[in-house]
Amino acid sequence: MAEAARARPIPTPETQHFWDGTKAGELRLQRCDACDHVYFPPRPFCPACASRKVSVFPASGKATLYSYVINHRPAAPGFTPPYAIAVVTLEEGPRMMANILDCPQTPEALVLDMPLKVKFEKLDDAITLPQFAPAKA
Amino acid sequence: MRRNQVAVVGAAETTKLGVIPDMSQIQLHADAALNAIADAGLKLSDIDGIATAVETPQQIAHYLGITPTWVDGTSVGGCSFMLHVRHAAAAIEAGLCKTVLITHAESGKSMIGKPPRSIPAYSLQGQFEAPFGVYGPPSMFPIPVLRFMKTYGITHEQIASVAVAQREWAAKNPRAMMKDPITVADVLNSRMIAYPFRLLQCCLVTDGGGALILTSADRAKDFPRKPVYILGTGESVETPMVSQMETFDSSRAFKVAGPLAFKEAGITHKDVDHLMIYDAFAHLPLYGLGDLGFMPYEETGKFIADGNTRPGGKLPLNTNGGGLSYMHSGMYGMYALQESVRQMRGIAPAQVKDAKISVCHGVGGMFAASGTIIFTNEK
Repeated sequence: MAEAARARPIPTPETQHFWDGTKAGELRLQRCDACDHVYFPPRPFCPACASRKVSVFPASGKATLYSYVINHRPAAPGFTPPYAIAVVTLEEGPRMMANILDCPQTPEALVLDMPLKVKFEKLDDAITLPQFAPAKA
Repeated sequence: MRRNQVAVVGAAETTKLGVIPDMSQIQLHADAALNAIADAGLKLSDIDGIATAVETPQQIAHYLGITPTWVDGTSVGGCSFMLHVRHAAAAIEAGLCKTVLITHAESGKSMIGKPPRSIPAYSLQGQFEAPFGVYGPPSMFPIPVLRFMKTYGITHEQIASVAVAQREWAAKNPRAMMKDPITVADVLNSRMIAYPFRLLQCCLVTDGGGALILTSADRAKDFPRKPVYILGTGESVETPMVSQMETFDSSRAFKVAGPLAFKEAGITHKDVDHLMIYDAFAHLPLYGLGDLGFMPYEETGKFIADGNTRPGGKLPLNTNGGGLSYMHSGMYGMYALQESVRQMRGIAPAQVKDAKISVCHGVGGMFAASGTIIFTNEK
């Protein structure tokens, strides 16, 4: 039986720069030119002050582990349980969901506030996911 | 909105709860609606306002044979019905309609005539959450809880005690799905679903429905049942993406909706005789107690573990057994409202003696939305 396909994002005009970035090995965020607010997910205006003057910039890729679950069941198609679904806090402020790669998927190994580094996971020619892994000391 | 201008005059759940494979979802709506209309002693033709969620108001109005002059299809998840109560009360006060029917039903277990829930791949959730393996509420709703526990020093045992206390309430309720007593150890040894939550910390999956009928307080006196007045209301939304909540230390939607309702009601926390906090998962009562201002967040786990919300405790909470033990068809808010109404009518299976004020607090999505209704049986 063919393995059920993992959920794949479909970029929109407002998010295309983000997905172009991950493909190029960059985690791209947006900053408001008017009020300096850094935000995610992508949109062509500032959700803090409504300015349409915003810039795309590459994030440092540094983050910390904010919270997570280790999902046992039911598992999403394309995933082998148990696997962690995490929310990370980027150095620049915004948070995003990710998996934690190169790390045992256990409460002992996944410690809140541990330092993480972005790691790009290629799904196919169109989509590369931003993921995170423990930062090397 | 002014206090006590609108009352619940009809309230009922579906004839059966649990596993109902012989009814489609729309028929469950109708079963609950017909029961509520009978409870109120009304005819279908008396209903001139209709509100429902997921199913559209036009589907329910047509199926029941109702010609409304006011409709509300607000669909923000499990607390949609709290928002319907709030909107209906405002509409009745404004003269847009006289008698509103609010229906909920869900074939959550049997999946008969239930449209599939799906996350479009182009949506922000589809792009920035679904690819990371979220798959249904158990994989998403508990994501904030480890942070909440760390921030406030809450223990696994304390959160497990939520399920234990509610099972005690359920044991008093003939219609509850799960009535056998459980211990904290039982909860912490039950099957792992999504760490840190195990099976007994996750809601049930059942079939059922419920309906409410609201009218003006002036007219409510002439109905067969004791009127239950709307004392205060609140609502808000935050984000459909759990990963994008402002913080995991609290819910912004809870913190807006709850205090709005208390302010409108003109009551303080010590006035509350009975409390419902939508418990899709075991952490929600802790968030609710903190976000609604009952106590500092740090004290919420100990408060429940110490037995304060159990039968005989000083703050009876989720007295039907809650989504963890009573029933949970998917959008549980209607059942929380039904229990508040039963408590205010004085007819609940586990009746809180002399209860005069009931706070009913709901969540929609994964902390995406919230609605709070405060009821009273005294005008």
